[in-house]
Amino acid sequence: MHRQNYYREILRIRRVEEEIIRLYPSDKIMSPVHLSIGQEPISVGACMALQPEDVVFGTYRGHALYLAKGGDLRQMMAELFGKVTGCARGKGGSMHLIDLAHGVMGTSAVVGTSIPQAVGYAYALKAQKSKSIVVVFFGEGAMEEGVFYESLQFAALKKVPLIFICENNLYAIHSHSTGRHAQPRHCDRVEAFGIPARRIENNDGEALHDAVTDARNAILKHGAGPFFFEAMTYRWQEHVGPGTDWHLGYREENEISAWKACDPVLKLANELDPDILTRIDAEIQAEIEDAVAFAEGSPFPQVEELYTDVYA
Amino acid sequence: MDRIIKCSEAIREAIDQEMAVDERVILLGQGIDDAKGMWGTTLGLQKKYGEERVFDTPLAEDGMTGVAIGAALAGLRPIHTHIRMDFLVLAMNQLVNIAAKTRYMYGGSLGVPLVVRAVIGRSWGQGAQHSQALHSWFAHVPGIKVVMPTTAYDAKGCLIQAIRDDNPVLFVEHRMVHQAQSHVPIEPYALPLGKARILSSGTQLTLVATGHMVMESMRAAEVLKTLGLSVELIDPVTISPLDSATIFNSVEKTRRLLVVDNGWLNCGFSAEVLARSAEHFQGAGNISYARMGFAPVTCPTTKALERQFYPNVFNIAAKAADMIAPGISLSEELCPEAPEITLFRGPF
Ligand SMILES: Cc1ncc(C[n+]2csc(CCOP(=O)(O)OP(=O)(O)O)c2C)c(N)n1
Repeated sequence: MHRQNYYREILRIRRVEEEIIRLYPSDKIMSPVHLSIGQEPISVGACMALQPEDVVFGTYRGHALYLAKGGDLRQMMAELFGKVTGCARGKGGSMHLIDLAHGVMGTSAVVGTSIPQAVGYAYALKAQKSKSIVVVFFGEGAMEEGVFYESLQFAALKKVPLIFICENNLYAIHSHSTGRHAQPRHCDRVEAFGIPARRIENNDGEALHDAVTDARNAILKHGAGPFFFEAMTYRWQEHVGPGTDWHLGYREENEISAWKACDPVLKLANELDPDILTRIDAEIQAEIEDAVAFAEGSPFPQVEELYTDVYA
Repeated sequence: MDRIIKCSEAIREAIDQEMAVDERVILLGQGIDDAKGMWGTTLGLQKKYGEERVFDTPLAEDGMTGVAIGAALAGLRPIHTHIRMDFLVLAMNQLVNIAAKTRYMYGGSLGVPLVVRAVIGRSWGQGAQHSQALHSWFAHVPGIKVVMPTTAYDAKGCLIQAIRDDNPVLFVEHRMVHQAQSHVPIEPYALPLGKARILSSGTQLTLVATGHMVMESMRAAEVLKTLGLSVELIDPVTISPLDSATIFNSVEKTRRLLVVDNGWLNCGFSAEVLARSAEHFQGAGNISYARMGFAPVTCPTTKALERQFYPNVFNIAAKAADMIAPGISLSEELCPEAPEITLFRGPF
């Protein structure tokens, strides 16, 4: 895995979301934002193992996935600003990012709902003898929904070319996972369906990258699949919104230190050449400034747009 | 004793007071035990009544609705909460095929005393999946009552009645209505379900509004008053069973009926009200009818379009004015955007 790219991709997403935090008080982004800060290594590690023609499905916490899969930053920023140049013409907002050209198939705001679509998409790819795969991302909360198990059942039955990635950040809004599961070993439950399952600790996007690479090869070369990975990670910000939420008392602030200790941005910055770091910073900065200027300069949709795209 | 409190506080008080006197009442829902307590409506209740009676649930709307129904069959009186009405779609099977049907299909031998609370969202980019108002879907089904109060006074009284009611009751709230304040007695009181409320009386037009549209219509009625036009504003409070009589009595007098529903029009509550009235009056006396509601599209996130998606004070007032006195002109300046919308800054 190209570690410099890995670092750069994570940093890019983090800087984008930091810019969203900075802009938020201006009310230019009138949209709920579910930030991925802290969790970017999962999307980045997994997507670096994919090809452009592979497709991903995700959730409302989707900025990182969208960008990691190659989603257009200008169009994302414009979407957050509610502009007609946004990836959904301003109609979807932060929770519904999409970039078909880069295999981002959309993100749903109803927990668990995109999982069966990923299964169906993968089924179709197999039927079409395609050489690409599907990856679906979701939180551990989604594993409580019945539709998750219905999806596992069919995906295993039909051996679809799909990788399930559970981003386990321990919390669903303010509820700790242990308060919602009698048995926290998620992988055991998935294995019971006949799906190989593996847990990856410590927000380790590099290990996830290698695992996804192997799984993808097994799917495309040997018709294996589906696979399941539980990637342990941690959300640094509040569930929704630009701030932090330590004051709410549902989690201890010192819980974050272990996650910061294994954060790739902080860790890899010490390993890479300072000149390269400076260059990367400047490039990212320029790209973000360009995207924000693009969003600012774009028009809002015309009123007539309210009625378009209800039907084909 | 009486004081002015917010609708969200009235809801919390209703649950608290019923839990205090009836041990069968339990409260379950996602995040109801957290520090925000569902916008304050469940705050402190777990501490007061314990974890067996007040508990957070897994993210499993379908299953947990069935669990609540099962508990109701065993004699408990569950209140099951949803922070958005959109998520009720996942609970539809249990609510429609089981909760609503049980009493009838078992020949009256069983009942499901269940309250389901669901909140309609609006503004700040709630968009496609966090803004839906699906009261009409449930009102279509016999066996489940649908209540949608809009004053703190009605919210408390109707919720207490819903908890005491031996039927499944869908209790519909609105994120913008949670903040609305009114006089509310401290003592517990129950209001009958199926009784509309006349919020202001008038002679020239009957305006039936639901949910947040009640607040908008109230302002529209005020504006019309300054033009010398007189509107009778009716909040049905209960969507099903509907208090048609109160509406007919008003229309009998005003000869004009405008329904402003907090939802889509097609096959919805507004159609029901107009149809009942048309059936009742059978064309007698030239009654004029109109209705307003969500634009027939998915709710967009961008403010530029979301503004056009909902009826507002100006177009409600303009519609009513046009029905009463065609050609009368109404200045948009008299109708500023609702403060609960302009002041709302999310993030959720
Ligand atoms: C079906 C459904 N139920 C409830 C919600 C409200 N909700 C939004 S996010 C969330 C928590 C989800 O947790 P998780 O799946 O772990 O993902 P995370 O937010 O931690 O990324 C909940 C309960 C929803 N959007 N959809």
